[in-house]
Amino acid sequence: MGMTLTEKILAKHSGNDRVSPGDNVWVDVDVLMTHDVCGPPAIGIFHKQFGEDAKVWDKEKLVIIPDHYIFTNDKYANRNVDILRAFAAEQDLPYFYDVGTDRYKGVCHVALPEEGFTRPGEVLFGTDSHTCTAGAFGQFATGIGNTDAAFIMGTGKLWVKVPETMRFVFEGASLPPYLMAKDIILKIIGDIGVDGATYRTMEFTGPGIKALTMEDRMTLTNMAIEAGGKNGVVEPDEVTDAYVKSRTDKPFEKVYSDPDAVYHSEHFYNIEELVPMIAKPHSPDNKATAEELEGTYLDRAYIGSCTGGKLSDFRAAAEIIRGNKVKLDTYIVPATTEIARALETETIYGTPLIDIFREAGCKIGNASCAACLGGPSDTFGRLNSEEVCISSTNRNYPGRMGSKQAQVYLASPYTVAASAVTGVITDPRVFIQQTVI
Amino acid sequence: MSKSSEPIKGKAFVLGKNVDTDQIIPAAHLVYSLEDPEERKLYGKYALSGVPSQESGLPQGNIRLTKEDETESEFKIIVASDNFGCGSSREHAPACLEIAGIKAIVTSSYARIFYRNSVDGGFLIPFESYEDLSKEVHTGDELEIDQENHILKNLTQKKEYKIKPLGSVADIVHAGGIFKYARQTGMVAER
Repeated sequence: MGMTLTEKILAKHSGNDRVSPGDNVWVDVDVLMTHDVCGPPAIGIFHKQFGEDAKVWDKEKLVIIPDHYIFTNDKYANRNVDILRAFAAEQDLPYFYDVGTDRYKGVCHVALPEEGFTRPGEVLFGTDSHTCTAGAFGQFATGIGNTDAAFIMGTGKLWVKVPETMRFVFEGASLPPYLMAKDIILKIIGDIGVDGATYRTMEFTGPGIKALTMEDRMTLTNMAIEAGGKNGVVEPDEVTDAYVKSRTDKPFEKVYSDPDAVYHSEHFYNIEELVPMIAKPHSPDNKATAEELEGTYLDRAYIGSCTGGKLSDFRAAAEIIRGNKVKLDTYIVPATTEIARALETETIYGTPLIDIFREAGCKIGNASCAACLGGPSDTFGRLNSEEVCISSTNRNYPGRMGSKQAQVYLASPYTVAASAVTGVITDPRVFIQQTVI
Repeated sequence: MSKSSEPIKGKAFVLGKNVDTDQIIPAAHLVYSLEDPEERKLYGKYALSGVPSQESGLPQGNIRLTKEDETESEFKIIVASDNFGCGSSREHAPACLEIAGIKAIVTSSYARIFYRNSVDGGFLIPFESYEDLSKEVHTGDELEIDQENHILKNLTQKKEYKIKPLGSVADIVHAGGIFKYARQTGMVAER
């Protein structure tokens, strides 16, 4: 009997020839990532448990990326960045991306691949639920709490219950021009529910997935947590190789699921048959098609976050926004500083993306998590009252983007951009048929 | 602290399904210190403050977990429907409930990171019920959890329900978290 990709990685990292779903194993950790919200309490627990003079297990394997509450006057939030800074100095950490320096990156889940920390076959833990994004690179990656992070800081190990794997097989040669990975994952979450993959791995496979870029794959695995999944994973291939090798010289070993691996369940889709999808307020599984919601009232549009703030997300939005004025308050927040710089150099018909957004009347923010999770009251783009927002982010439970009186519709950057231009929810197929050659 | 297997008694606070971590502790409040003895009380004050008012303290609704200007609740046991604690990995979620005085939760299912954080951090005991009890129990009912026999007793309504044994995490729960467990088993040196 074979093993899945996830089982193989957990077996290798726990010193076992094989593991089975339900086994509790202690795994060796390749990378631990933390940020400004959960880093300070994790550091507090680390010192309390291992001593004030304790050193982390391996400073080459600890990555600290402040990204959540950066551009705020909140005194507590700024103190938390100070705590990270002091810890990085005390531990002499080589991978601390400090605020206010050239090293500052922005959203950790996009910064990790940019900096070469997402490598096939490895085990990555992070103090953030969207750590599962890194599974796009064929590794085991999942979110943990502060106590578990402190435990890893001291020991380099953590216990894991081996998950069952749900297999999502995608047929189809390529994404239709109006469709994005966001539509695929919203469709899946809508089908299986926000707890449809609880305690399980979501493995995405098939020719339809092989046809996706790394950024598209990251959007898929990013939202595995929105179905309750422990991790999301895509088998590595030449697309993965090309990305990872352009970002790091570190060796890695690709791992694949066996043909006779045992799955919890199998689910079949064809990417060419899907349509633009939306999650209505107040749950990521409250699904509808963009067509069904056509004309729905909106106050605001938001494009950003680890889910929908990557370069390809802005390129998609700019394709639709180009030559138009937005009718909604439209917020553009690049995930990382690298993406922010690329907005100046990437062009459509010779016009930089940033100019397309500016000329349309969009508001442009600094690289960070910003309003995706609300944050302090002065956060850029935060929903502070009863606004109705369409957003390329990942979660729309009550209060997620600020006020619990606000309403959030989740959609692809194409759909968000189309809606920003018309002022109401709009199926992007109308625009794409008009503008794409 | 260590979690004994003595009965847990107290008033129920009832919630619905998919109560996510932003409802348990809204993101704007994640900035306070969990170590400072005074500042950490703010987590008790704001615990469950993101739950829409009409869904807070069912079936009546519009009941706060902690009264205005207080940091500790009169309620000790949360009863909720499916997928409790979904959303983010913030350990501030089980921590804020413990700071508010919650000793245990009984739900039909948990989101996994919340469950894991509750156990590994030793904040409170996450029990699972066989059926959704959020429609049976009323906020304010006096409850008793008999841990030895896996029974939830509703003393107010004079009803009893079987709950699931803790299973493989019982040792970590009763040790009081992953660090105490690791010290008991020799994985981490005693200090």
